[in-house]
Amino acid sequence: MSQIWLVPAFPLLGFLLNGFFGKFFGKRFVTIIAPAAVGFAFLQSLVLFFEMRAADGHRLVETLYTWMATGSFQVDVAFQVDQLSGLYLLIITGVGFLIHVYSIGYMGAEAGYYRYFAFLNLFIFFMLVLVLGDSFLLMFVGWEGVGLCSYLLIGYYFEKHSAAEACKKAFLFNRVGDFGVLSAVMLIFVTFGTLNFNIVNAEAATQLESGGILVTVITLFLFLGATGKSAQIPLYVWLPDAMEGPTPVSALIHAATMVTAGLYMVARLSHLFVLAPFTMNMIAVIGAATALLAASIALTQTDIKRVLAYSTVSQLGYMFLALGVGAFTAGIFHVMTHAFFKALLFLGSGSVIHAMHHEQDMLRMGALRKKLPVTYLTMLMGTLAIAGIPFFSGFFSKDEILWKAFSSPLGGGGFWLIAFVTAGMTSFYMFRLIYLTFHGESRVDSHTAEHLHESPAVMTVPLVILAVLSVFGGFFGVPHVLNFLPNGMELYFKGFFAQVPETTPGSAAAEIGLMVASVLLAVIAWSLAHRYYSTSLDAVTALRNRLQTTYRLSLNKWYVDELYNAVIVQPGKLFSTFVLWKLIDQNIIDRLVLLPGNVARGVGSGLRLAQNGVLQSYALIFSLGAMLILGFVLL
Amino acid sequence: MAFVTTTDLIPLIPELILLGAAFVVLLLDLFAPGSQRTTLAVTTIVGFVIALVAEIQLLDSGATGFYGTIVADGFSILFESLYLVIGILTVLLSLHYLDDHGIGFGEYYVLLITAVVGMMFMTSSLELLVIFIGLEIMSISSYILVGIRRRVPESNEAALKYLLLGAFSTGFLLYGISLLYGATGSIRIPEIVVALQEPGALNNPLAIIGVALIIIAMGFKVAVVPFHMWTPDVYSGAPTPVTAFLSAAAKAAGFAMFVRVLLTGIPLEAELWKDLFWAIAVLTMTVGNVMALMQNSVKRMLAYSSVAHAGYIMVAVVVGTPAALSSVIFYSCAYAVMGTGAFGILTVRHFGKTPDSYDDLAGYARYKPCLAFLMSVFMLSLIGLPLTGGFIGKLQIFQAALEEGWVWLTVIGLLNSALSVYYYLRVVVCLYMREGSVPDGAVLEVAESPGFALTGLVGAASVVVYLGVFPQTLLELAASSVSTLF
Amino acid sequence: MTITNDYLPILILILVGIGLAGMFTIIGLVVGPKLRTREKAAPFESGFLGKGMEGYRYDVKFFMTALVFLVFDVEIVFLYPWTVQIRELGWFGFVASMVFISVLVIGLAYDWKKGALEWE
Repeated sequence: MSQIWLVPAFPLLGFLLNGFFGKFFGKRFVTIIAPAAVGFAFLQSLVLFFEMRAADGHRLVETLYTWMATGSFQVDVAFQVDQLSGLYLLIITGVGFLIHVYSIGYMGAEAGYYRYFAFLNLFIFFMLVLVLGDSFLLMFVGWEGVGLCSYLLIGYYFEKHSAAEACKKAFLFNRVGDFGVLSAVMLIFVTFGTLNFNIVNAEAATQLESGGILVTVITLFLFLGATGKSAQIPLYVWLPDAMEGPTPVSALIHAATMVTAGLYMVARLSHLFVLAPFTMNMIAVIGAATALLAASIALTQTDIKRVLAYSTVSQLGYMFLALGVGAFTAGIFHVMTHAFFKALLFLGSGSVIHAMHHEQDMLRMGALRKKLPVTYLTMLMGTLAIAGIPFFSGFFSKDEILWKAFSSPLGGGGFWLIAFVTAGMTSFYMFRLIYLTFHGESRVDSHTAEHLHESPAVMTVPLVILAVLSVFGGFFGVPHVLNFLPNGMELYFKGFFAQVPETTPGSAAAEIGLMVASVLLAVIAWSLAHRYYSTSLDAVTALRNRLQTTYRLSLNKWYVDELYNAVIVQPGKLFSTFVLWKLIDQNIIDRLVLLPGNVARGVGSGLRLAQNGVLQSYALIFSLGAMLILGFVLL
Repeated sequence: MAFVTTTDLIPLIPELILLGAAFVVLLLDLFAPGSQRTTLAVTTIVGFVIALVAEIQLLDSGATGFYGTIVADGFSILFESLYLVIGILTVLLSLHYLDDHGIGFGEYYVLLITAVVGMMFMTSSLELLVIFIGLEIMSISSYILVGIRRRVPESNEAALKYLLLGAFSTGFLLYGISLLYGATGSIRIPEIVVALQEPGALNNPLAIIGVALIIIAMGFKVAVVPFHMWTPDVYSGAPTPVTAFLSAAAKAAGFAMFVRVLLTGIPLEAELWKDLFWAIAVLTMTVGNVMALMQNSVKRMLAYSSVAHAGYIMVAVVVGTPAALSSVIFYSCAYAVMGTGAFGILTVRHFGKTPDSYDDLAGYARYKPCLAFLMSVFMLSLIGLPLTGGFIGKLQIFQAALEEGWVWLTVIGLLNSALSVYYYLRVVVCLYMREGSVPDGAVLEVAESPGFALTGLVGAASVVVYLGVFPQTLLELAASSVSTLF
Repeated sequence: MTITNDYLPILILILVGIGLAGMFTIIGLVVGPKLRTREKAAPFESGFLGKGMEGYRYDVKFFMTALVFLVFDVEIVFLYPWTVQIRELGWFGFVASMVFISVLVIGLAYDWKKGALEWE
């Protein structure tokens, strides 16, 4: 039977075992327990997935116990598997399992590996709770939990100052988002009197006026939460810094799973979101803008992980664009393919970094393809997928999004154009990464060069599996217009998401035309990258000198960090220094402290023995408060 | 003409057991020279445990005595059990602290017991004067406990400040009680209620001033703004286990009194008092959090944060529905446990000194991983992250507020709890992200931490997580005990 | 509020009291001989001089004795009504008082053992 609870129970058990006893178990045991826990969760997820497909309404619900019940308010600890959470389950446990296995090789030399594996398992647990929960509250448990684990894992190398800073940044930016989620949950509770997803989705249309202020505010708050977790404008800056964590963590948390939680939430509440066209529009605009901005930053970064980080932000923007134009299926489809190829690319970059003894600067790499053949080939597959080269997985999902951005009643030519340009940039910076790392002349210093070696099988096997998925994963959702296979994704999600009122379906010719255009663009960008980066870097230096300003803007990430610093952090500091400290503290409080000292002179010479004047000021404030209260109640 | 019989003593059994324990500890300390302090601590704990068992026995039957002056209903039993549990925790946290700081007084435990007895009288009485006497027993015991580090100036200063300001507030309480007596002709809550239900009785300025004065005095005990000024000084000057005890048990006792005397006892025009409580709640949350943000001493930070938590509870006081009152109970319990735990971590020496500033927390992750983990649990609960008691407590309060339409109050509360993340997290950052260097000449503790304290802290952390995962038991208890009040 | 006749005598008594006290004060001021010296002008409180006391150490044994006396003296007050009513109160009253007295005994033992009764 169902036994949904087993899925999160396995990683939780793994966390408890490794977290509390890992120190005593020894390395071999720890490295067996952690991946095994996720592996079992994956197997159970598979079973549940097929059970869910067979069940009525494609939904399994399992209530464990009543979490709390007061008056009319009741929240159960209940898990549900439906189309959306079923898919997420497979991604989380499947990709998660591969990354756990990979970590055995990658983290083998680390001292606190049992801590690492414990946190990794804990993360999987919270992520599963997030997608399995059938109410906002349980989702929020997972939501906060994954944030916490992400925070702990980013700061894993806590001796490094930048890592400590990065994890603080991640947590604070996420809290801004959490405030949005909490506010939305509050409003939903007031409106619906329940926090159950299914009831909210079912009653949204009757309880809320379409396009009304309330639904707009609720969805905007939710979206604010989503921008925090999924790293969108304006809260995206934490994600690139989060790359301070170990690379498998970047692959698992900051590429494949946690950052898609925001998308999950929007998709989960599709029936609520379609009632707020303004929010939908906002999501599309923010998504498109983030996609473009992040891609333009990725063009010039030289740290291999930063390129991938900005690429992730950009791809997440893509997915939000899809959700914003009402193409929920396409968005979630891209979540899946992105999980495959981005996890692959991150793990591949990890393999490179591993071989390079923690060198991450691509300008010090080059010509690695002979030394790291498996890594090279698998990363190439990933790049072909993300660049949208036909019949690789990214091609299908990306094209679906491009087409919907163009044809959906909520979309438009502008959205398409931005997505189109972004696609070109994506192709360029990804091939740039490949060429800089694996081709051209070697810029590796001689010491590192001696030790260059391909990673062990425990790392390369997950790469190969992910590469296979990246190549073929797209066939689950072949666009109608190509029509050599049914669109599996749309069949799978049939009737699950809210439908955006369809206008006239776009013509097949247009769709084919746009598809050809985007493929052409990807190929052109590829060849550009080939021209500039495949052999020597002289040409690119010349180009850089010609485009000084633009280059600097991109290299310095459009100065967004500096902007935040100037607009928020510095004024905040000034405010606290001048207003709070200088004015209030120094002038008002000090005077207040001195005042009673003068007034009460002679009255309390005994009191003054305690501490010069301050006690009197306490008593004075006490008395003032008392007088205020008395005055208030009497008048 | 048996005006008082032995059956009147039944609701007082836990109190009597504790008093007996106090005498036993006192005599043990006197007549068993060289007796280990462990014996005293264990005797104290045994006393608390027996009293706790007695409370649980009373839970089924309930009892009243002295013509309804003393009641053992669900409400008082729940709170009294809380004081007893916190008492046990405090003893567990005290043993090594007293050793470290050379506080060799058996009176320490006696005073702890009498403070708890005072709280129990405060909670279980329906007569204002008995409540006042209970309050005084608690206060006087805690004045001495605060100043028990006789040779430490900070401790003396804290005790003196606490004494003087406490006496000041007591004056307000007595004056309030006498005005209320003047207005209603009684000092027994049920009779006051009846008298105030007479038409026009509520417009009597005597009654209004009397209630206002009582509010002021209680505001001092639970440390709400603007009567909170003593908290940071007293909390940081007091021995840390005593601080834990005060912030948890004394505050809970204050809120129990608040609920018993004001919210269910005295029916006054709702609007007037709600506006007042509203302002107090907002001020308390905000001032507590902002001040906590500025502290460099963890102990002071926790002191201000306890002010902020009183503010959250005041939100529920504003709402005042039965659901809100039961959230007061739940939050008091949750805060008592997590607050005691957080202060408790600070009782254990690290690198040869009792930690105080944030910098002192460096190196915990490496040298005291267990304590680092426990402290993180307490911090996460104080933040109100899910799966902890703090989360459920905040949820209950804000949910009750929302049901009554207090949207703005809830928003302010949420903003405040978002603000609090910063300084709580700073603790976690220092625990985990900073590598402490062992100071020259410092003696590294061989055992990670003393067994008694560790037992207490692990217990507290387990309760915090239990309340987060399975809150229903306590929620039901709280709800049913509130129903006994109406 | 009206002042009922029951309270009128009390009010009169208060007024008479204030009047008498005021009268005697004024008479003293007017009639009494006036001799101003430095000592008489100095602030004066309960037998202690207002000045020059800061460094003065006052032996704690005086306070000890006073405290112990105060406590036991006040407790004795409670025993008087008991002795008067002992027949009516019966065994219950007897046991209750024995409990009370034994608490006092423990207190005394405590003082003794702690050395509060030692003079030197």
